[in-house]
Amino acid sequence: MKRTLAIVTALVLAAGSLLAGSVHAQSKGELVIGMQCDRTGATQIVGVALCPGIHDYIALVNSKGGVEGYRIKALEVDHEYKVPPAVESYERHKKEGAVSIMVYGTPQIYALTAKLTEDRIPGTSPGFGSAAAADGVKYPYIFPVAATYWSQAAAAVDLAKKQLGGALKGKKIAYIFFDNPAGREPIQVLEDIAEREGFQLRTFAVPPPGVEMGAQVLDIAQRFRADFVISHLFGAAPSVSIKELKRVGYPLRKVVGLVWASAEDNINGAGGFQVADGYFAMQFAGVGQDYPVLTEIKEMYKKQGKEPPKEMNSTVFYNRGVLIAALHVEAIRNAIKDKKGARPTGADVKNGFEKISNFTLGGLVPPLKITPQDHEGGGLVQIWQVKNGKFEKATEWFAAYQDIVAKHTRDHGKK
Amino acid sequence: MIHRECGVLKTTYEADMALYPLPIAKYTVGALLVLFFGVVPLALDDYYLSILNLVAIAIVGALGLNILVGYTGQVSIGHGAFMSVGAYTAANFATRLDAPWPVNLLAGGLMAAAVGAVVGIPSLRIKGLYLAIATLAGQLIIEWTINHVTFISGGVQASIEVARPRIGSYVLSSHRSMYFFLLTFVVIAIVGTLNLVRSRIGRAFVAIRDRDIAAEIIGINIFRYKLLAFAISSFYAGVAGVLYTYFLGIANYEQFQIVVSIDYLAMIIIGGLGSVLGSIFGAIFITLLPIVIRIAMETFGGMLFEQQTVLNLIANLRLMLFGVLIIVFLIVEPEGLNRLWRNIRSYFRVWPFAY
Repeated sequence: MKRTLAIVTALVLAAGSLLAGSVHAQSKGELVIGMQCDRTGATQIVGVALCPGIHDYIALVNSKGGVEGYRIKALEVDHEYKVPPAVESYERHKKEGAVSIMVYGTPQIYALTAKLTEDRIPGTSPGFGSAAAADGVKYPYIFPVAATYWSQAAAAVDLAKKQLGGALKGKKIAYIFFDNPAGREPIQVLEDIAEREGFQLRTFAVPPPGVEMGAQVLDIAQRFRADFVISHLFGAAPSVSIKELKRVGYPLRKVVGLVWASAEDNINGAGGFQVADGYFAMQFAGVGQDYPVLTEIKEMYKKQGKEPPKEMNSTVFYNRGVLIAALHVEAIRNAIKDKKGARPTGADVKNGFEKISNFTLGGLVPPLKITPQDHEGGGLVQIWQVKNGKFEKATEWFAAYQDIVAKHTRDHGKK
Repeated sequence: MIHRECGVLKTTYEADMALYPLPIAKYTVGALLVLFFGVVPLALDDYYLSILNLVAIAIVGALGLNILVGYTGQVSIGHGAFMSVGAYTAANFATRLDAPWPVNLLAGGLMAAAVGAVVGIPSLRIKGLYLAIATLAGQLIIEWTINHVTFISGGVQASIEVARPRIGSYVLSSHRSMYFFLLTFVVIAIVGTLNLVRSRIGRAFVAIRDRDIAAEIIGINIFRYKLLAFAISSFYAGVAGVLYTYFLGIANYEQFQIVVSIDYLAMIIIGGLGSVLGSIFGAIFITLLPIVIRIAMETFGGMLFEQQTVLNLIANLRLMLFGVLIIVFLIVEPEGLNRLWRNIRSYFRVWPFAY
């Protein structure tokens, strides 16, 4: 009994001293960006490479003297892709005076939308979250800053059209998707495009956790005999889909994966780049290491006498981390410039985001044009193809069917 | 609830069933009320209040699950789904009918109770692990339904934005006002549960838990009370779901997936099955421990490792430490934190004459 008591007392004391020790003094001239991360939860394959990308870019900015004299601090909190820890992390970021938040995860951005708006702190949801959040008037503090699922689906159809010889009339397109809200979101846009282009669209749902899709793939390849396949899967599911399509002999050069089905890990999980040869992967950030900013990061590490981190080799996710960090830094830069060097608030950084235009970071970031009305920035994507054992660029930045996407955004805004 | 004599010195049923077992308990309850309604909201800032708000929602949910699992002995892995039923009912009432929050709250709770009673029907025939699987099916069916029926989910995104609750013209949007809002329901839930378990219904629940055949023989209507347990438990879950919806300003189906059900089970097992105080301890433990561990790692981790390594370590070590601590607490006291607390109390009761 005595021992139990001792343990309890020790734990209570330890907890108390920790809480007291955690209150950091904020140095002058430091701006905090709240950073949510998932290195341990459902989407950890993304987090372990994306988050180092964010930190490295911020370190690079700081090593060059910061932003207009301010140091940037990215305060990372891992939330395991759960909602309550995300709410807690947001409040912590707010307490530390964060001027913008890198939200991570679709349920998390939904849960924080009301709070971000009330507290006037901009939050980003690149490549996930609600497509309707592109409407800057209805959601003033939510910034998708990358192609939403609607724009991604539209771009995928455009790719199919070009691959199938410029016309889709009478063709058959299969849409295989993870059966959750994010997976179903693009269907309405796809249906509208199908009507305009005159192709036949059929949807194939893959129930969570998405590791069993033999029947759907067989259906696509042998019963429906699709001319093109758009795949919108997450986690381990993309790898499985590539394997299964390969197994039934469906040509992978007629398959395009949306942005969460398009990383090196997905290809490696399917058996490597040789197996997946021909597969199209949609990207909202540049792929590969051929960008000046990545060279600078490598040089920064070299100067410290260190090897560049191994996460850099997972270029799809790492580069997305760099893109997210770069857009936040750019928004903060715009905000400081606007205030002629004074300390920006969340609302100023929101205006800073809305001034981002043609900021490309040597090709890694698409030439977004974010405005107070359009928080998506144009819905630009690049398509890369698995070829010769690596990703090769198949298209430049482009967007398609933006009138249909805009119509859906408008309809949602009226609700 | 906090105070109890270590010996059984009661001579009447009235004394045994009293809400305040000792006269001093009245003062403690008064002091706690002053502390949580007066001192805490004044002393803490928004960050800590937001954590307390999460704890408050967890307490309401955990109390509900403990009525079912701890008091009635019916294992359920569908608690998260019942929360979602409450959340979506309230969200639909709020957006379609423009109903005020008390109506939505009640509707959410009642709808969850109805659905819970239906999911509980298999409990009449099966017990233990088999029942757990049956409720798991309930969880998955409810998840699927909300995910696919757009009439309920309000569109393919399966999320419905809900306006903040208002009292008169005052909108409860800050964490401080939300804290009072949630704390009120925590108090109602605690008092409700305490009274429920010492009533005829509560005693029937305990009899069913201990031996349902014996309970039937002494005249307890098993059919009625098992379903009642499911209904009451789900009512709490539904209310917790509605509170969560108002707290976040949105009902979203991904917030009520199976992981949530398991988290709630963990809360009551660690806190102590069949005890009100245990549910509260468990809810606090599961919500706060990850936060405390993370802050500890951030503070001390920097002394041992480099920044980049720490970040990767924190996330993973935190999960491991969380698991280890749960095991440690369960080994030290398998009957949960509540029992641990009682041991500490009885230790001081006879202090300094231990043993």
